[in-house]
Amino acid sequence: MLAAETGPIAFPILTAIVLVPIIGALMVALSPRSRPEIAKLVALLSSVGTAALTLWLMASFETGEAGFQFVSKHTWIEPWGISWHLGVDGISLFLVVLTGVLFPLVIAGIDPHHDEQPYLAWMLMLQAGVLGSFLSLDLFMFFIFFEIVLVPMYFLIGGWGYENRVYAATKFFLYTMLGSAFMLVGLIATVAIASRDLGRTTFDLVEIAEGADFAASTGRWLFFAFAIAFAVKVPIFPLHTWLPDAHTQAPTAGSVVLAGVMLKLGTYGLLRFGLYLFPEASYWSRYLWLTLAVVGIIYGAIAATMQQDLKRLVAYSSVAHLGFIVLGTFAFTTQSMSGGVIQMINHGVSTGALFLMVGMIYERRKTRLIAELNGIQKVAPIFAAGFMVVMLSSIGVPGLNGFVGEFLILTGSFLTARWWTVVAAVGVILAALYLLWAYQRVFHGEPDEENSKFHELTFKEGAVLLPFLGLIVFMGVYPKPVLDRIEPSVSVLITHVEEHTDFVEPRPTIQLGEHADGDEGGEDE
Amino acid sequence: MMPAQFDTFIGPEVGWFALSPVLTLLAGALGLLLVGALTPRWPNGLYALVSAFTAGTAAVLAMFQWDDITDNGPTTLVGGAIAFDTFAMFMTITICVAVVLVTLLTDDYLRGTPNDGPEIYSLYLVAALGGIVMASANDLIVLFLGLETLSLAFYVLAASNRRSGQSAESGIKYFVLGGFSSAFFLYGIALVYGATGTTNISEMVVVLQSAVDLFHPDSLALAGIALMMVGLGFKVAAAPFHVWVPDVYQGAPSPITAFMASAGKAAAFAAMLRVLVIALPFYRDDWRPIIWVLAFLSLAVGSIVAVVQTNVKRMLAYSSINHAGFVLVGVEAAAHQAGEVDAGPGVPAVVLYLLLYSVLVIGSFAVVTLVSRDADGDTSLVSFKGLVSRRPALALAFTIFLLAQAGVPFTSGFIAKFGVIRAAVDVDSYAIAIIAMVSAVIAAFLYLRIMVSMWLDDPVEGAERPRVPFSAGLAIAAAAAFTIAVGIFPGWLIDAADTVTQYAR
Repeated sequence: MLAAETGPIAFPILTAIVLVPIIGALMVALSPRSRPEIAKLVALLSSVGTAALTLWLMASFETGEAGFQFVSKHTWIEPWGISWHLGVDGISLFLVVLTGVLFPLVIAGIDPHHDEQPYLAWMLMLQAGVLGSFLSLDLFMFFIFFEIVLVPMYFLIGGWGYENRVYAATKFFLYTMLGSAFMLVGLIATVAIASRDLGRTTFDLVEIAEGADFAASTGRWLFFAFAIAFAVKVPIFPLHTWLPDAHTQAPTAGSVVLAGVMLKLGTYGLLRFGLYLFPEASYWSRYLWLTLAVVGIIYGAIAATMQQDLKRLVAYSSVAHLGFIVLGTFAFTTQSMSGGVIQMINHGVSTGALFLMVGMIYERRKTRLIAELNGIQKVAPIFAAGFMVVMLSSIGVPGLNGFVGEFLILTGSFLTARWWTVVAAVGVILAALYLLWAYQRVFHGEPDEENSKFHELTFKEGAVLLPFLGLIVFMGVYPKPVLDRIEPSVSVLITHVEEHTDFVEPRPTIQLGEHADGDEGGEDE
Repeated sequence: MMPAQFDTFIGPEVGWFALSPVLTLLAGALGLLLVGALTPRWPNGLYALVSAFTAGTAAVLAMFQWDDITDNGPTTLVGGAIAFDTFAMFMTITICVAVVLVTLLTDDYLRGTPNDGPEIYSLYLVAALGGIVMASANDLIVLFLGLETLSLAFYVLAASNRRSGQSAESGIKYFVLGGFSSAFFLYGIALVYGATGTTNISEMVVVLQSAVDLFHPDSLALAGIALMMVGLGFKVAAAPFHVWVPDVYQGAPSPITAFMASAGKAAAFAAMLRVLVIALPFYRDDWRPIIWVLAFLSLAVGSIVAVVQTNVKRMLAYSSINHAGFVLVGVEAAAHQAGEVDAGPGVPAVVLYLLLYSVLVIGSFAVVTLVSRDADGDTSLVSFKGLVSRRPALALAFTIFLLAQAGVPFTSGFIAKFGVIRAAVDVDSYAIAIIAMVSAVIAAFLYLRIMVSMWLDDPVEGAERPRVPFSAGLAIAAAAAFTIAVGIFPGWLIDAADTVTQYAR
């Protein structure tokens, strides 16, 4: 997994992807206060520009190539061995694209109701931070992007959220920062210890992962310092308690972004900075993570069932879904891990869309309580149909995207973590229970007086929702292009783990028709 | 007889040009006092301008000296009493920058008060002079002279608002406790002198390295070190010697508080490094655990107690204790390799922290000064409510300073904290590094509370729109720009700080 020395194209596309939103944010912040439409236009142009860049990145990405592509590396803080080092591989590619595509939709489709200019500036800052985290190949850079996303998110929740927004924003900030506190110490220790192996101080992820050889006990301590930060971010049970508050109190756009991409910083971090940097420690502690993942799946599902607030229900369903991703990650098979990566995208799309639609319900009814909603299907059939597709995708119904990810995770995990998988499969059934039950209560039946005035989906809302629905169906029916790009990188990552441990990946006994080619391609390398 | 005596007395080589930063400050201070007293009132702002110009000149001269030192190596001056090394110059520049910023801030603050004259500025320059002498002392007696010069100026400054009872109380408290701690420090010097037979740092190092044996009264030296650490602990405001800080910081006029928290703290830490790391590396295993405990207590008290405060100045006072804890983490890291040829990253991290924190804390108190001035000196959290709708630029600048103090990336505060934690981890001091980071999270709650007041609360009915005078605005803008610029491009400063371990002795 060595970084290519020069990218296939000269244009520093990754640097541009990070810088365009920053420049956009600055321009929004400096735009005249008297003309808010200029700020909106700049924000839209900047986010659409970023989206175009990420789509171009996807188009020019070399399929079947496992290493980092489009690498851009410049010395930044020389005395500390820190460089501006960006790169993308199959694991981060679609997260970058998702981040690029999600923001213009959110910026165009959701109205913050007041103080639009700072709101847009914070949104763009947030986008830059998230993109920077996904693209960084330098520990220092990753940390600063990972940490900086807290600031815009804090202000978005605190400034544009609901009743308990200040409490939720503060809790979110402090929880995540506490996790990062351990990561910072662990990160510096990693560099210090690796420098003894490498002979020089460097924060370069690839150099450390390939060159340093941590003693087992050292590596485990360091791994846990990183893992705590990621576990808070994912969030993994029992560090999840900030999430329902933050999700529920955040403005709709905040919830969509939080669920869509920010939680993935945790799962992505586990793959990139957990498994890749510390393969021995990750493999050694796998049963802990598998257990926590399964507990999260079941707990999240049960907690979601009991919620009276629709947004809180979706928030708890996130805890369950992310449990699947963690399960797939720590089952250490190409199938399960690829499933985990693709499930990150799926969860971003479907839960993002769910939050979007719950936001639309709130706009119309000024309530999120399930008990006060009923019979919406009668008055707004198109809205109900859209919600149903999104919900079914979240449940994991075959033909929609959620199924692909969950199925790959469960089949892959069954080979190495049989009993955990068995319990996790129950979570799939529970997901159907809480989502269908909520759907039944909100949409079925006869609408009462309040709900009979429920607006049908407007054209603008439909236009924002359509890309989500398109992705849900496309990735459910034809996930091959996505899997083809993910699998080589995942497969190399597993080989990396095999090299550092006595783990041998079991050969899958079930071959999936659609995904057999990619799997073999990965193993041949 | 007289001529004969003259023949035998050989004065020490002084090196006048090498001392030029100190001499400039002295000339500025005396000039302001003498000329200011003998001439009619100068036009508005001229006293401040002269003061800022003097400090700026001293800083530029220090930069020239820096080049000289990197070319010719460190040396000592005035018969070995003053160290002429990059460490001294780094601290000189730090203190002079603090003087310039605080002077800009003070100018408008003093307008229309009975204090509007040359005295305050003269005291700033005298205090800076004392601080620089502390940082460049190569003799414990000289160091004590610097300490007293600095402290006496601070006592007067703290009590300088004659119309405020709080200010007088603050001055008295600081004076009584400060005098007490100076006595401890002096007694410590005496005991160390008894143990080593010298007060000169160069000679002390030689004596301790070559002549330590069973006949030397070790306990005398240890007692001396302990007493000196009490005195230094008071000056740097480390817990458990921190009790004066909240009261003094709250009571003193805000620009003076800014000066005490920046230049005062920087000079005190410089003195601590001179005494412990440079003069007494031989005893590092004895004093290091004490530093560890001081660091732990400062981190804990500075963050936990800060959370329950409701007055912004008190909050910042406690946060300064927390920052002192961070600097002590760096000192603890430096202790592991004190006296070795490879001095490690501890001392560079400390001096870098001091410079960056000085700018941050002056910026923070500058905003407090402006906001409280138009609220009749009210510095409670309430007076910051809805600042963003009254003065967006001021609120933004304060947010930058607070985020930097919390250690958020892309600000100088992150670089400072990163450097210290890196130094600690480098010598395997993991425990204190983790404690420091966790305390930073607790302290972040405090900064968030201030930000919530500014951004998310509605302004109180009838709250004034704070006036931002040009000079203070310039100081805040410069501090904010520096905070962000160093956060993004810290390489040059880190390079400079890395050279300070070539001590003269």
